[in-house]
Amino acid sequence: MTEVIETDSAIGRPIRRKEDARLLHGQTNWTDNIQLPGTVHMAILRSPYAHAKITHIDVSPALERPNVVAAFCAEDLGDLNGSIPCVWPVVDDIVMPAFPALATDKVRLVGDAVAVVLATDPYHAADALDAITVDYEPLPAVVDMDEAIKGGTLVHDEAADNICYKYPFKSGDNYDEVKAKADVVVSRRFVNQRLIPAFMEPRAVVAAPMGMSDEITVWSATQIPHILRVLLALVTGVPENNLRVIAPDVGGGFGGKLQLYREEVLAVQLARKLGRPIKWNETRSEDMVATHHGRDQIQDVEIAATKDGKILGLKVDLLADMGGYLQIITPGIPILGMFMYPAIYKMDAYDFHCTGVFTNKTPTDAYRGAGRPEATFAIERIVDELAAELNMEPMELRKKNWITHEEFPYTTVAGLTYDTGNYEAATAKAMEMFDYEGLRAEQAQRRASNDPVQLGIGISTFTEMCGLAPSRTLGALKYVAGGWEHATVRLLPTGKVEVVTGTSPHGQGHETAWSQIASSILGVPVEDIEVIHSDTGRAPYGMDTYGSRSLAVGGQAIKAASERLVEKARVIAAHQLECAPGDLEFVGGEFRVKGDPEKAQPLGAVAFEAFTAHNLPDGVEPTLSAEATIDPEDFSYPHGTHLAAMEVDTETGKVKLRKYVCVDDVGVQVNPMIVEGQVHGGLAQGIAQAMFEGASYDENGQLQTASLADYLIPSAADLPSFDTGTTVTPSTTHPLGTKGVGEAGAIASTPAIINGIVDALRPMGVTDVPMPAAPMTVWRTIQAAKQGGNA
Amino acid sequence: MTKIKATVDGTVYEADVEPRRLLVHWLRQDLGRVGTVVGCDTSNCGACTVLLDGRSVKSCSVLAVQVDGSEVTTIQGLADGNDWHPVQTAFKECHGLQCGYCTPGMVMASVDLLGENPNPSEEEIREGLEGNLCRCTGYHNIVKSVQHAAELMGGTAK
Repeated sequence: MTEVIETDSAIGRPIRRKEDARLLHGQTNWTDNIQLPGTVHMAILRSPYAHAKITHIDVSPALERPNVVAAFCAEDLGDLNGSIPCVWPVVDDIVMPAFPALATDKVRLVGDAVAVVLATDPYHAADALDAITVDYEPLPAVVDMDEAIKGGTLVHDEAADNICYKYPFKSGDNYDEVKAKADVVVSRRFVNQRLIPAFMEPRAVVAAPMGMSDEITVWSATQIPHILRVLLALVTGVPENNLRVIAPDVGGGFGGKLQLYREEVLAVQLARKLGRPIKWNETRSEDMVATHHGRDQIQDVEIAATKDGKILGLKVDLLADMGGYLQIITPGIPILGMFMYPAIYKMDAYDFHCTGVFTNKTPTDAYRGAGRPEATFAIERIVDELAAELNMEPMELRKKNWITHEEFPYTTVAGLTYDTGNYEAATAKAMEMFDYEGLRAEQAQRRASNDPVQLGIGISTFTEMCGLAPSRTLGALKYVAGGWEHATVRLLPTGKVEVVTGTSPHGQGHETAWSQIASSILGVPVEDIEVIHSDTGRAPYGMDTYGSRSLAVGGQAIKAASERLVEKARVIAAHQLECAPGDLEFVGGEFRVKGDPEKAQPLGAVAFEAFTAHNLPDGVEPTLSAEATIDPEDFSYPHGTHLAAMEVDTETGKVKLRKYVCVDDVGVQVNPMIVEGQVHGGLAQGIAQAMFEGASYDENGQLQTASLADYLIPSAADLPSFDTGTTVTPSTTHPLGTKGVGEAGAIASTPAIINGIVDALRPMGVTDVPMPAAPMTVWRTIQAAKQGGNA
Repeated sequence: MTKIKATVDGTVYEADVEPRRLLVHWLRQDLGRVGTVVGCDTSNCGACTVLLDGRSVKSCSVLAVQVDGSEVTTIQGLADGNDWHPVQTAFKECHGLQCGYCTPGMVMASVDLLGENPNPSEEEIREGLEGNLCRCTGYHNIVKSVQHAAELMGGTAK
């Protein structure tokens, strides 16, 4: 039996997802499932060297191999070998080197693309790569950022000292003057290590000339079909109106599919050149080197405070690893973080500087949180270090400095205005759920008894900026696109509803949640609403899904379009009911004459009138649809308090996450089940940064963690269940009161874990633990501390 | 080429396959059974898990020629048509999936786990699924899903 959803209650209910029936029955449409007649499979020859000159390439032997249709290097492609763009030149004098789809004279990272083979069978395409001969003249690899900026070997000749850009930002009072007045100054160098997004569905692309027109249709496992269409048009020269981009079912992204990848450009260009569908699937091992990485910052952080714990100022100096090329928003990632270092704390001075550095490694770009996890890690770690220096309880230090709930809206020293928040409420709830006092008592007891397994309590009181983003702000930051979102709501003659959205889900449940929003306004049951997305042919306007923006921005557009639709329908209903539009109220999916509830017309009946057009008021056009394109008023600012109980075996270095409690305030929740799921997934990724994951390179620039056998994504056996809670402080700058939840868990959890481990070991003299805190790393840190220095 | 005959989701297939052809590629590319997916190339992720004669295997680690004479069940053959196996029902009810890419493998591994141990503890579920990676859920709701499936199937999750 069909579940009937009450008109005004669809928002806030944990409705089970519409998406799940097909996903659970294998009736999915991944890009790799698409098999068009005449398809040619593309395989890519990749550089085994991190840095080398290409002196000679001969692809012709590959043509002798079975089922090979063609093979090309950069020279063969000529003008078709487009350059991959970066759309965020953060400063005027940034160095933005060419990034050819196939490398020309030089390779700049292991996995750089050198040649392609096209064959009628994927096995044979891969086989024939062996036949291509490439002569390389190896060059020293630039791997370490501290070394890179000393000059010597250059990744790009035009980037002196391997510096891509320098970004200074000073705000509030003069930091040095503030520091001079401080009683205590604590400095630390934190390493926010390189991570690999490792979404479960490897990337895939199909590009096909469609025959009936000049259209080329591109299916891609991407988060950004709309942005991809614009960029592919600019890069390939295919007129934008001849390109249709479809992101079918997409298996995760986490920022890693927020990209224009060279393989997408090659697929389009070769489809044009050969006049046949081109298909490419990456192997997982290719993914590890050829899909952009995340994080990779060295953070020199300094905090100045009074002796009674008042934070006065913060100074942050970053080295941010760009990798070998700039991808779509590579330089902007640390700049997104720049705003968040002051976090929830009041202070007078903030001094930020970032140096973007080229190295012979895979480019970095957005990965779940994109700059904000790095910032949150640094501030939450240094606040704990300040507490230790002051001999204060770390939560008490936070309470002393955070913005109190009466102080909102509050403009931070970084210049952001947080609309709402209640750090006290979230913290109180989290501490109660955690049994904070009880665990502190147990910690004291273990310390007193010299227990080999010490207990640490890790705190992270975080906020983030999401809902990307007000277009004017993006423009001021030199980002070349806007941050709006579009929705069209159509009422069909049978009373069914189509919601067309510009967001592009890849696991977030938009089909369900967007139906809930429209249902709450239109009074149409959730199951009668179809959400159309991720296809520029069917949903032509959109800015896609990243930066926890889809609900915060896209949800507003659906709300606005739905409300506009009701107003259009009201005019028709008034005509039918022979009254003025103002005499009608819209309740429970029908228009009722005020004071005469017997006279009513359901929305579905209005839709049919709009379809037949037999009796429409003068000046009203047939059909019933409405659209809205919304530019958000501001960012949104979710926050929360995360607490981790860490058991550390001081004899072996083994770390156990015993208990994890978090209370997140993401504003109004459209579907609390989905919200909780998003928090869980974010926690796993943030905890994984702290404890398990790290992309490591050797001195030759070889990625040592280049498969899932070497890069440790946690399994179910590595993680506990989580104890999650929420508080609800609605956003006042977002009409639904929502804030965003996609990245919260990943942003908040990493410092909670490391603060917990350091807290367990602080009596032994440990003041930091490198990430990931693997047993050997922790053990070495303990040994170094015993010998009088931190590792 | 080697001749094989195998039953996949109730249909008998006879085929000539290259000896090196992986079972998952035979299923996806030759038979069009695209519900089963590939997530890695080192047999770590488990996205390709199917049942081979009733027990879970990673179909990227089995050659097509090895299933000659056997019965293969994929996510598409777990329940008839639009019916729901209790494990599928439980994953929906408990929000045990987000993007859904690991889901075919996670569900098939869970079916095998519950066949072997109808009343698993949380720890037994976590250990039992450690060969299947998920990047979206943090496993929290997958564990709940398996516990709920155990209840639906008549067991009592510990």
